[in-house]
This record gives sequence, structure tokens and C-alpha cells, in this order.
Amino acid sequence: MGAGKSDYFPLKGGDFSDAGVGSKCLRSELAEMGVPGETIRRAAICAFEAEINVIIHAVAGSLNYRIEGDEIKITVTDMGPGIEDIGLAMKEGYTTAPDWAREFGWGSGMGLPNIKKNADALQIDSVPGEGTTLEIIINLRADGQK
Amino acid sequence: MTIYELIGKLELSLKNKGCTDTPITGCYASDMLSDVLANGKEGNLWITRQTHPNIAAVAAIKGLSGIIVTGNKDIDPETLEKAESEGIVILSTGLQTCETAGIVYNLFLTDKGGGKA
Ligand SMILES: Nc1ncnc2c1ncn2[C@@H]1O[C@H](COP(=O)(O)OP(=O)(O)OP(=O)(O)O)[C@@H](O)[C@H]1O
Ligand SMILES: [Mg+2]
Repeated sequence: MGAGKSDYFPLKGGDFSDAGVGSKCLRSELAEMGVPGETIRRAAICAFEAEINVIIHAVAGSLNYRIEGDEIKITVTDMGPGIEDIGLAMKEGYTTAPDWAREFGWGSGMGLPNIKKNADALQIDSVPGEGTTLEIIINLRADGQK
Repeated sequence: MTIYELIGKLELSLKNKGCTDTPITGCYASDMLSDVLANGKEGNLWITRQTHPNIAAVAAIKGLSGIIVTGNKDIDPETLEKAESEGIVILSTGLQTCETAGIVYNLFLTDKGGGKA
């Protein structure tokens, strides 16, 4: 497995119409490659939660994935507002989601913890006022488990 | 128990086309999408008041068997289409979430002869 596939998807703050487009393409790609269902699920949860975070918390950004060798690398980056305290943001239940997003069922403060739980590796870099980048690694393993 | 069997036992209307004979493995009731992404299990029937197209993506990612939208809420046509394209059945009921969950849970208990839903 390692033909090296990648794709790029723009995301706009406040606009749900692109929500799930990148994660869905990633799911199809992995299914076509015969990747175990559990791996696909973990990758899709990470990608979807990260896409949604850009849409509800940021101005604009993008999702990029690359499947190469024995790993899937998902990079989700945005142009701000950035995260002041990453440790706090990672705590289950912590949320600053606006009311409009809560109406649609987001804002339980579980997205970043979900990504952490499902990723084999997670790196978050954020500069307040500039933006946030998540780098998520999912290993391609025969049993699909973490 | 399958969705088809459930439709016969509960006042549910089928809102889109999809597979109704997949076995339901249990149910999960929640209006928070990250909660379902964290705690929903494959084959679960999801009971919710949410109607936004995002629910189709959540159900597809988690491999849920279907979604029951409670409280007779209007469902966005885009949600129905998205769900259909992912093979997710959407059902609607006039009952509220608590009553729906109670009935479905009890049907599971009888169906499984006392096993857990
Ligand atoms: N891309 C981002 N830009 C700015 N802030 C963010 C970003 N992603 C997360 N945050 C901050 O971290 C908090 C926690 O994020 P997390 O995804 O865990 O929960 P949530 O998005 O608020 O709710 P949920 O994911 O359960 O719908 C957010 O409320 C927000 O304050
Ligand atoms: Mg989130």
C-alpha cells in the first residue's frame, strides 16, 4: 500500500456546505484500497471533527490528506483566531462554540478529545491571532487497531 | 431486530430509501454530534432531534443502521439525500426522544429475551 494519494479541500468559517467533503473522499479512498473498516472510521472521525472545528471556530482553512507508505497524514490548517491555551482546549467539555453551532449539535467540547483518542499521533500548533494547524497520523495496520 | 420490524412496532415514517433489513445492534440517543462520534456503536439506531445534513455524515462515519428524528421535526431534503447516498435510513416520529428511546429499548429487551439493548 503506498502509491501515495493526496487531496486538498478548502473550508470556510460558518459554512457547513463543505463539511464532511474531505473526510468523505478520504473514506472512499481508503475503502477502495481495502483498508480495514476500523482504520477508516478512526481516520474519518479525526478528519470530520477537524473540518467542523475550522467551520465553527475559524475564519477559513483547509484539509489536506496524504496516504503514503504505512500511514495516513491529515493536515488541517486555518487562518485564525488560534487557540490561546491548547491544554484547556483538549479538556473534554471545554467549548467556546457559538450558539449557531450549538443549534446544529456541535459544542460539547469533545471534538479534540475524539481526535486525540482516534489518532496514532496528534500535533497541534497554534498562534493566537494567526491560526491553528493540526497534524494527525493514522497508521495503516492490518488489524485496524490503534 | 431490524428497522423493518421496528417500523411495524412503533409509529415511524420512512423518509428516504435505504436498507431496512440490517440488524439493529442497539440504540443511542443524543443531540450532540461529537458525542455520537465518540459513543455510537456500529449498527446502532440513533435517536435525535437534529436534522442538519451533518447527521448523515456522522451516521455514515460510525456505520449506524439508521436515524430516528423525534418530535415530528421537518427534515432538510439535503439531509435525506445525503443519508440516502450513504445508505442511511431516516425515520420520523411524532414522539419525543425520551418516549422513543424507552419504547425502542423495551423492544430490544423483549426481542433479546432480557439481553441488553
Ligand atoms: N481550529 C480552531 N480554531 C480556534 N479554536 C479552536 C479550533 N479548534 C478548537 N478550538 C477551541 O477548542 C475548543 C474545544 O474544541 P473541541 O473540538 O474539543 O470542542 P467544540 O468544537 O467546542 O465542541 P464539539 O467538538 O464537541 O462539537 C473549542 O471550543 C475552541 O475554543
Ligand atoms: Mg469540535
